[in-house]
Amino acid sequence: MTGIVLSNNKILSYANYYDLRFKITEGEDKAYPGQFLHISCGPGFTLRRPLSICEVEGGVYRVCYEVRGRGTERLSKLEPGDIVDTLPPAGRGFSLREECRALLVGGGIGIYPLLWLAKLYGKRADAMLGFRSRALVHMDAEFAAHCENVGVITDEDGFVTRLAEEALAMAAGQGRQYEVIHACGPKPMLRSIAALAERYGVSCEVSLEERMACGVGACMGCVCKIKSGGAYEYKRVCADGPVFDAREVAWE
Amino acid sequence: MTMPDMSVDIAGVKLKNPVITASGTCGYGREYLTFYAPEELGAITVKCVTLEPREGNPPPRVAETPGGMLNAIGLQNPGARYFLENELPWLKSRGATVIVNIAGNTVEEYVKVAELIDESSSDMIELNISCPNVKKGGIAFGVDPAAVEAVTRAVKGAVKKPLIVKLSPNVTDITEIARAAEAGGADALSLINTLLGMKIDVKARKPLLANMTGGLSGPAVLPVAVRMVWQVSRAVKLPIIGMGGVHDTESALEMLMAGADAVAVGTAMFYDPYAPIKIRDGLLRFCRENGYRSPSELKIKE
Repeated sequence: MTGIVLSNNKILSYANYYDLRFKITEGEDKAYPGQFLHISCGPGFTLRRPLSICEVEGGVYRVCYEVRGRGTERLSKLEPGDIVDTLPPAGRGFSLREECRALLVGGGIGIYPLLWLAKLYGKRADAMLGFRSRALVHMDAEFAAHCENVGVITDEDGFVTRLAEEALAMAAGQGRQYEVIHACGPKPMLRSIAALAERYGVSCEVSLEERMACGVGACMGCVCKIKSGGAYEYKRVCADGPVFDAREVAWE
Repeated sequence: MTMPDMSVDIAGVKLKNPVITASGTCGYGREYLTFYAPEELGAITVKCVTLEPREGNPPPRVAETPGGMLNAIGLQNPGARYFLENELPWLKSRGATVIVNIAGNTVEEYVKVAELIDESSSDMIELNISCPNVKKGGIAFGVDPAAVEAVTRAVKGAVKKPLIVKLSPNVTDITEIARAAEAGGADALSLINTLLGMKIDVKARKPLLANMTGGLSGPAVLPVAVRMVWQVSRAVKLPIIGMGGVHDTESALEMLMAGADAVAVGTAMFYDPYAPIKIRDGLLRFCRENGYRSPSELKIKE
């Protein structure tokens, strides 16, 4: 699948977050929230980079990412009119339950795959977003435009798990508990959210991340530990995930 | 101008073209089906199967490196019986030529899994004695000529299907290993498996792969593979499947000119799933435009 870059702007002038938008020129635009694109960084790179889809509308993909290494550095150089080469949208995304009340919990760049959910759930969703520092808060206004309540917290004040716990406790107190939690972020955060979900009896989906090679389920490179019987097995983030039921994950 | 005949014969098995997928890079053929049909290629070498299921190594298992990548999957697979019941029938029903890569912890295990595969509809068996990422079996068998000859002989004596032995480049003299495989009764050779490597995560100040070391593949290893194919093709009479860094028509041509009878494409598929098809078409075009009637005419004679 290929596309033509419409824009590839820095989200904050002083940080390394980018917002890439491109229009599909070849391939179809069937994608679901929580899926990812396996994007080429150009010649000289052996592996593509898996980036979660932020949203898709009218054949325009939006992918936000942080420059972390040589590959994303190269992606950040894409300019309007350049070609984007990606494998088609892949992976098992979030299971949308549009009639439900949802709690979205994102940590850092883990907020990106949640934005599309925020749009689809609208006022039936609350979003809790965590960032490393106040200066790095972004995209919260977009969540606020869709969701009923948006909470933002930064490491100076605490972790997003605290906001999530407060939201769950309040919802329980009001007798209108969330029916589902969708979460994406660092593994320790996801593990805590999974424990909270268990405690409050709310079903929970988490989006996992791992270093990836083929991106289509063939090479077994990007595995994570999933419970199986009394033990665990390694499942593929790219094909069996990236979204898993939090109860399935064998947290470490 | 006559159309070249791109079919090749590997130990009595006719491949419609000389392009094969390398073991471990295309699973059991299903995943790449959305891109093209597996039967379009000369053969599909499926991911290594072992007698019992293997869970594989902990992640991270892969890392990009200059011109290539490291992997330490650790032969994760659902076991031979699951493969034979759930994967192979589908692949064969498509009309694909199937090479089954096998490994074991002991010679007895190699023989057992080979016997199971031998009774199936697969076309050839590839003996993996060169995986650098497992503690038992794998490379332990592939770096010692006596062990190579012994495991090859034991498996060969137990199967009717053609036996390919896949060689490790992590040896001082690969021709010695190739001769040992030939002496053990191998019908063909695959080379090379990955080169043992390592990457350090400098931010974390520790090896990036959970397994510490991994196998290097990709364009970075091509010259090593070409050199070894050249040496081995002059040391033994067996057909050779050349692999290691094949990523475009030119690199495939290098392999065939060096002495390979067919090529296998692996890591290149991760960047471009269509790489094997492009190489197949590119080889045909090169042969047609340059008057070669078959891939075997490409071999450099000296």
